[in-house]
Amino acid sequence: MEELQEILGKFDWSPLFISLKTGIAATIFSFFLGIFAARKAVKAAPKCKAFLDGLLTLPMVLPPTAAGFFLLLLFSTRRPFGAYLNQAFHIKVIQSWAGCVIAATVIAFPLMYRNARAAFEQIDVNLIYAARTLGMSEWKIFWKVVLPSAGPGVASGTILTFARALGEYGATSMLAGNIPGKTGTISQKIAMVIQDGDYVTAGIWVVIVMLLAFGIIMVMNLILGKKMKHIKRW
Amino acid sequence: MIQVDIQKNLGTFQLNIHFQSESRRIGILGPSGCGKSMTLRSIAGVERPDSGRILVDGQVMFDSNRHINVKPQKRGIGYLFQNYALFPTMTVAENIGAGLKGTSGQKKEQVACMVERFQLVGLEHHLPGQLSGGQQQRAALARIMAYQPEVLLLDEPFSALDDHLKEHLQQEMAELLKDYGGTVILVSHSRDEIYRFCQELVIMDGGYDICHGRTEAIFRKPRYIRAAQLTGCKNIVEMKRLDEHHASVPEWGFLLKTRQEIPADTTHLGIRAHDFVPLWEEPPFDPGRAEPGSRPVDGVPQAGPGSRPVNCIPVQIRSMARLPFEDRYYLQGAEENMEICWFLQRDLQQAVAEKGLPRWLTVPEEKVLFLREKPFP
Repeated sequence: MEELQEILGKFDWSPLFISLKTGIAATIFSFFLGIFAARKAVKAAPKCKAFLDGLLTLPMVLPPTAAGFFLLLLFSTRRPFGAYLNQAFHIKVIQSWAGCVIAATVIAFPLMYRNARAAFEQIDVNLIYAARTLGMSEWKIFWKVVLPSAGPGVASGTILTFARALGEYGATSMLAGNIPGKTGTISQKIAMVIQDGDYVTAGIWVVIVMLLAFGIIMVMNLILGKKMKHIKRW
Repeated sequence: MIQVDIQKNLGTFQLNIHFQSESRRIGILGPSGCGKSMTLRSIAGVERPDSGRILVDGQVMFDSNRHINVKPQKRGIGYLFQNYALFPTMTVAENIGAGLKGTSGQKKEQVACMVERFQLVGLEHHLPGQLSGGQQQRAALARIMAYQPEVLLLDEPFSALDDHLKEHLQQEMAELLKDYGGTVILVSHSRDEIYRFCQELVIMDGGYDICHGRTEAIFRKPRYIRAAQLTGCKNIVEMKRLDEHHASVPEWGFLLKTRQEIPADTTHLGIRAHDFVPLWEEPPFDPGRAEPGSRPVDGVPQAGPGSRPVNCIPVQIRSMARLPFEDRYYLQGAEENMEICWFLQRDLQQAVAEKGLPRWLTVPEEKVLFLREKPFP
């Protein structure tokens, strides 16, 4: 017990905030990108859709380290694009928090995209046709008719995206590294302390990340549940 | 004025429809899956035909040659969907206001006006899922009318309803549309609905328009076999035209003699199930026409026109069905495989109950439909 107190006394909470920040930022990016991509996919011609779908789902089925490899190729300061970013805008993705966000976004994005797409495809196309004949612009139709009707799918996509982004490890460790207080996320911290044989610290972090993920998903479900009264209970 | 001339490949069949009408109440009648809805959707602009032209009141809505395809938003055409397509996440008031332009004050006023007119007071803040079928239809109609369309398209508006509600809503719809000055196009597979609402009628089958004209005229004289079937003619049989005033239906053992001339291209004859008149006494014979080789059947001299009574069908009962206000008899004529449907309403039921089933059915000459196959374009 005393040991635990001692550990908690000088406990470094930074991984929690880094993970939360990364998760939230990645969810926001994925939300808009995923919905945008889903909308494009639903409107695309079948062949184009199959290709687009494969490409956009790839990060989810690929090993995260493979995704990390591609991200390194792209953002490494020794490669053209990464070098250009660094020189022109002084943006360094490698070994930085931006790297954490990009890695988490790329890995979690397909969850948002696929859920949003499935939700969009479920919508009665007559609703969209009706909206068009009522003179509503495509933009207005999307925000006022499509998104609210697709609410549950989009919501579950958002939740899953956040959960996935929160726990991202493989691509993050390759792109952003594990710099304590800067890019050291909870999952990287757990891996690191386990290597040192510090099971107590690892256990504390496991409990924290579990409570966090469960709590947030719970709260989001409850909030969104209130907005979906029109959905019938089975 | 509506002018539609469009083609579209629908995979299993080709939609190829062509009609124009000045009428303010137009009906499109056809069986399920004949392309009626696709035609309506093309007029509304939510589906794009492969080629052709659509004109509404002189304005080109679609013209494949001139690459014109006006957006549905700009067509001013209202579309009432079969399932009403109310936005499930919006209240009734929000649904009605969804397509309106202007300041929020103006919108509110317009919505309130529509709520009043379509008897939705008190339901403004309900979601569509909380409304009854009739209320949903009124809300959907209010939403369309708020937008003041010049043309209103009704896509099978009553087909998903039970009989009682259907009757009620048809009445209500007739009331609500009484003052509407625009053109209404009603698509339905129900001839009653079409007959009730539409002055002009287009009959469609398999993607083609079979005929087009005044509704009553088409119901009175369908001219084509398919048109007769779709307007509800139950008895259609192959006919042999003997001369301008005589025809025979061998399968029924029926010789027809008319005062009017039988059209030369007639191949089939149709008689509506309600139009038969029972005949209990022996009918008069037509002495003039003998057919060589005719033999009596079952001792009854009826095989050849020479020995056959004119304009009478000898019938035997096969089965019957008793409906609340109508008795339906399924009879057979000379040949066993040819069924004849005879529907009797109240007045005749009484006579049949007293005198028993007649041995003969006759039909007034003007009720006989002379039909032929529609040549496909």
